Amino acid sequence: MLSMRGIGKGFLGVRVLSGVDLEVTAGEVHAVVGENGAGKSTLMKIICGVHAPDEGTIEIDGRPVTFGHPIEAQRSGIAIIHQEFNLLPERTVAENVFLGREPVRRGLVDRAAMEEATARLLDELGEGTFGPRDTVKRLPVAQQQIVEIVKALSVNARLLVMDEPSAALAEHEVELLYRLIGRLRDRGVAVVYISHRLREVFDLADRVTVLKDGARVTTLPIGEVTSDELIRLMVGRDLGACFPPRSAGAGEVRLSLRAAGNHRLRDIDLELRAGEIVGIAGLQGSGRSELAKAIFGAEPFTTGEMTPSCPRSVREGVAMGIGLVTEDRKAEGLALRQSVRDNVLLVARAVGAGNRGGVRDLLERVRLSPARREQEVRYLSGGNQQKVVLVKWMTMAPRVLLCDEPTRGVDVGAKAAIHGLMRELANDGMAIMMISSELPELIGMSDRIVVLRDGRVAGTLPAGASEEAVMRLAAGEVG
Amino acid sequence: MDLLTRAGRAARQARGGPASHAHDPARVVFLALFGLVAAGWALVAIDGGQFLTMESVVGIQQRSAALGIVAIGQTLAILAGSLDLSVAYLISLASLVAAEIMAGQDGNIGPAIAAVLVISALVGLFNGLVITRLQVHAFIATLGAALIIKGVVDHLYDGPAGKVPESFQLLGYSRVGPIPVSAMLWAGVAVVAWFLLSRTRLGHRIYAVGGDEEVARLSGIRTPRVIVITHVLCSVCAGIAGLLLAARLGAGAPTVGTDGGYDLESIAAVVLGGTALAGGRGGVAGTVGGVLLLAVLDTIFNQLEINSFVKDVVRGAVIVVAVAVYARRGTRRTA
Repeated sequence: MLSMRGIGKGFLGVRVLSGVDLEVTAGEVHAVVGENGAGKSTLMKIICGVHAPDEGTIEIDGRPVTFGHPIEAQRSGIAIIHQEFNLLPERTVAENVFLGREPVRRGLVDRAAMEEATARLLDELGEGTFGPRDTVKRLPVAQQQIVEIVKALSVNARLLVMDEPSAALAEHEVELLYRLIGRLRDRGVAVVYISHRLREVFDLADRVTVLKDGARVTTLPIGEVTSDELIRLMVGRDLGACFPPRSAGAGEVRLSLRAAGNHRLRDIDLELRAGEIVGIAGLQGSGRSELAKAIFGAEPFTTGEMTPSCPRSVREGVAMGIGLVTEDRKAEGLALRQSVRDNVLLVARAVGAGNRGGVRDLLERVRLSPARREQEVRYLSGGNQQKVVLVKWMTMAPRVLLCDEPTRGVDVGAKAAIHGLMRELANDGMAIMMISSELPELIGMSDRIVVLRDGRVAGTLPAGASEEAVMRLAAGEVG
Repeated sequence: MDLLTRAGRAARQARGGPASHAHDPARVVFLALFGLVAAGWALVAIDGGQFLTMESVVGIQQRSAALGIVAIGQTLAILAGSLDLSVAYLISLASLVAAEIMAGQDGNIGPAIAAVLVISALVGLFNGLVITRLQVHAFIATLGAALIIKGVVDHLYDGPAGKVPESFQLLGYSRVGPIPVSAMLWAGVAVVAWFLLSRTRLGHRIYAVGGDEEVARLSGIRTPRVIVITHVLCSVCAGIAGLLLAARLGAGAPTVGTDGGYDLESIAAVVLGGTALAGGRGGVAGTVGGVLLLAVLDTIFNQLEINSFVKDVVRGAVIVVAVAVYARRGTRRTA
């Protein structure tokens, strides 16, 4: 019923999708899989009218369509359950379910009809723990997910797109989701199912489409592929990049965690040693960034032990000699409208210590022309911005440096420079923890890879582990 | 039977949340209002006066009416995640337009009212389009509109102008029993707004856009349209307030809006009434309570003949404390 051909899409000159084909037939569950950043979510947003494709055609029942606004996709019978919750916490369940489509009688919103229809849908799902008039923010996350599903069902969708619908659900709730999807399929609804969890893909899907780096690798009936093959299709590529040579060995333990946890993490055991780069792998939502923030003191651990001591705040973290290169440098790492110099001195000024005089030397060390010292950071390229973030921490000569996606959105040349710099810092005796969604980078840089899953350590792999091995641990596929 | 029992069960479940309404900020503000009236009564009694006289009750209502009407419009804008700083100058402009067109003639009242409403709606349309089309933040967009109106008004007038006929002045001063006509007008506007917010699609959409614009958009709501409409309604409310003030003054005045401080005062009243400044939560009832609270506060201070500086200090403190209280409630609930 849905046929997409040659879909391409770019954002600000970065190509996210190119030449992607996708066909979905009525009564089919079609899984779409791929690594982080493979373009799955963008493809889904194109299906449901959030983004318009730059190229390619979309046909529904053989008729070409273009969606300029989500409402047009809705009218064509397409509903989506987004990865992030799309609910208004201050409004009731019924108001959320019928948001934008409130039933009207004599020009007025028919609350009774709205609540009755919502109650009926909740009943159909066997959901008796909350009602249509409950305020959404009072519901636990799993029930909010059910509200999302009810919302999608109430449209009477012919095509339902589910983007990681199980991410927030517990085991028995996933069962409920399975039953639901089965019922939808029987009704002839086409379901596009995006998930990182391969087990769900094999349990549910009729066919699977693999995306990699914004292009379609293949589409296969689920019976013709094994879990291992699927992982290989998702990650298989050449290790094109060259990485700096690893150091001889690790030194003293700079930081260690024992059974540490907080609301997002549980029972984390981890040691960071001087001179070592430890890679942290995991899918989105596995707790990677949360781990960095907890060690740094931004979202402190509440259980377990951290030695030498556990920072209760960012100031304590910095005082302990911990630096954090945040995932989103524009929002959390840099004051974009201030000069390079001001940004470099941000931390040094904040804690009233550090090497303020050596800005010129530090900039030279990262090969950032000192002539640009007074330039506003926002005019720098992504790579140079990231160097500024690194230099910001280098003024403090931290004992432990946590890098969250240090090369995201950075061109190849700057990437190599940042890799080189990180290795140099490690060789100088810094303990580095690196989080990255790019497996080749993670494998190429790390002396050790710790894989997280659902807020726990799923396993530790030695340097040079295969991408398949990392993915298997991250996705929870044993064997 | 199925449907009935289900609907019944749903209703019971909904009522199940015992604390769900105790947290309602509108209720909090009315409780505070009663508390304040009681306290005022006691204080004035100690002082040897009588608090709730006919005169003071009428005074509270009359003092509240204009601000109340502006604040209702402001409530709509703020609920949609916007705000309007141009209302004060628009009120001045509306009073001048009304008085000039009426020119003391009964026959011109109709056209004058129509002209004021049309001009206000156009100002709202301008605000809404600048915000949605040009992507200018509401704060700046409406500040710009305010300055533009100020420039025009200052250029054309340097004092009161026009004349409002006796019959229209009745709107400002006459009353039925203890209830002034102006207060009835305010009540009417409030009821219409309440009805709009709770019973129409537009109302639901206003909450949705203010709650989370992206969620609203992904749910198929054309969010720019909603924002433009709320600004038109907000400006029309300011226009009505301008008419009321013209009736009271008997003429139009270029400073009547700014002297009353209707821009910031209306925002303060809305926030005092428990509507979130970021939008998406709150309502008309709270705003009515907020306006009355400010008016009762004023009355108490007037009767006790307290220095007006102290009055401002207390008002400021009340507003800050109220918002802090709402913020605490908000976080505790989600925790």
